[in-house]
Amino acid sequence: MTHSQAYDVQPPMGMLAELTHRCPLQCPYCSNPVALERRRQELDTATWQRVFAEAAELGVLQVHLSGGEPALRPDLPELVKACVDAGLYSNLITAGVNIDRARLETLADAGLDHVQLSFQGATPEVTDHVANMTGAHARKRAFAAEVTDIGLPLTLNAVIHRANLHQIDEFVDLAVELGARRLEIAHAQYYGWALVNRAALMPSREQVMEAVERVEAARERLQGRLVIDAVVPDYHARLPKPCMNGWGRQSLNVTPSGKVLPCHAAETIPHLEFWNVADHGLGDIWYDSPAFNAYRGTDWMPETCQSCERKEIDWGGCRCQALMLTGDAAQMDPVCEKSPYHDEVQTLAVLDAAGDPDFTYRRFARTTEGA
Amino acid sequence: MTAIQESDIVRLPRGVRLREDKQRGGWVLLAPERVFQLDGIAQTVVSQVDGERSVGAIIDQLCETYQAPRERIAQDVTAMFAGLVEKRVLEVA
Repeated sequence: MTHSQAYDVQPPMGMLAELTHRCPLQCPYCSNPVALERRRQELDTATWQRVFAEAAELGVLQVHLSGGEPALRPDLPELVKACVDAGLYSNLITAGVNIDRARLETLADAGLDHVQLSFQGATPEVTDHVANMTGAHARKRAFAAEVTDIGLPLTLNAVIHRANLHQIDEFVDLAVELGARRLEIAHAQYYGWALVNRAALMPSREQVMEAVERVEAARERLQGRLVIDAVVPDYHARLPKPCMNGWGRQSLNVTPSGKVLPCHAAETIPHLEFWNVADHGLGDIWYDSPAFNAYRGTDWMPETCQSCERKEIDWGGCRCQALMLTGDAAQMDPVCEKSPYHDEVQTLAVLDAAGDPDFTYRRFARTTEGA
Repeated sequence: MTAIQESDIVRLPRGVRLREDKQRGGWVLLAPERVFQLDGIAQTVVSQVDGERSVGAIIDQLCETYQAPRERIAQDVTAMFAGLVEKRVLEVA
């Protein structure tokens, strides 16, 4: 294959496959776009199977089967098998409220490698409120027990925000009790639905610092028993996150309708041209599509980033956040203390943390057409 | 730090797989939402893990293959295994 880019582009390691945007939960921080893709737009089984084969050939090692709720796809076991046949490590990212024992066994038999289960709270009251689904917590607990009983490795994922930040220790206890090997404490990132709900989710700086300390203490206490990975919240930070470890460097994201994105929020940058797996091979999209080449490397960076010793550590932070908060996707991430917008972002975080609005739950927009 | 004894039998837990990475070259350990790229030495050692032989037997095998002092190999292998156990990508059977 020959490709036109001037710099050295490495093959991707990971692929997020959003099999569907449909979901029984309505979490107000969902990373899916506010304009959700509908069932009739979803790729069929054969196309996903081809995409997984192309991903393996391209160099992808791990596929994260996600959504929405991926288990709403009746062909999920066939899709897992397609990953296995291609030699891909398959990771199911699920809400765990609609997979019974028989289905889980089918997935395990198909060769599923790992399950990541979300918990919206560490107690039924919080989970059911945040997910806007009565009984969700109890179902998740039952599902976790089935996962470990079958012998599949389990990760618990907790998205952290103002309504559950006081439960860090309880999340840790829950992970240990349920036999998880790994716990993700991921502070909400403000894109998609989380951006809509930012004033209902944003914690104060003091709360964030306390949460970080609690995670550190738990990590030390449970070393060798539970791996804890933390995603830090960035509005209160001094340095930007190395978003996606650099644009188009390590991973790609395929939406339910087959659009291929450098990250799940990339569509918020309106001038980018995304290619679809229906029209292009995955390799061509990775190396040659305009969206992937838009912010690769360091050439696009503003002068402050170009002359910064962290330019290949932070990779300029997040493009979507730059656009959202400064109006220009090629600006440095405004979280960075070197950004002229840094103070504005910190003020915004303080104001949001003091707000008290209700959640706007994630759902499909009303329409006269069926979903 | 987890101590590894020569009498221990270690294995890759379910959900952890060793495979060649043809596109980038070398070998990788694939684990829950993590990829560990192994250097040549790590690959040689980890590929000896079969869930049957003891750590001591693996050390003997490596001594024979590489004609190196046993004490040095034993130290490196037990330290590497302890690190992997800590990361939960290796377990003592």
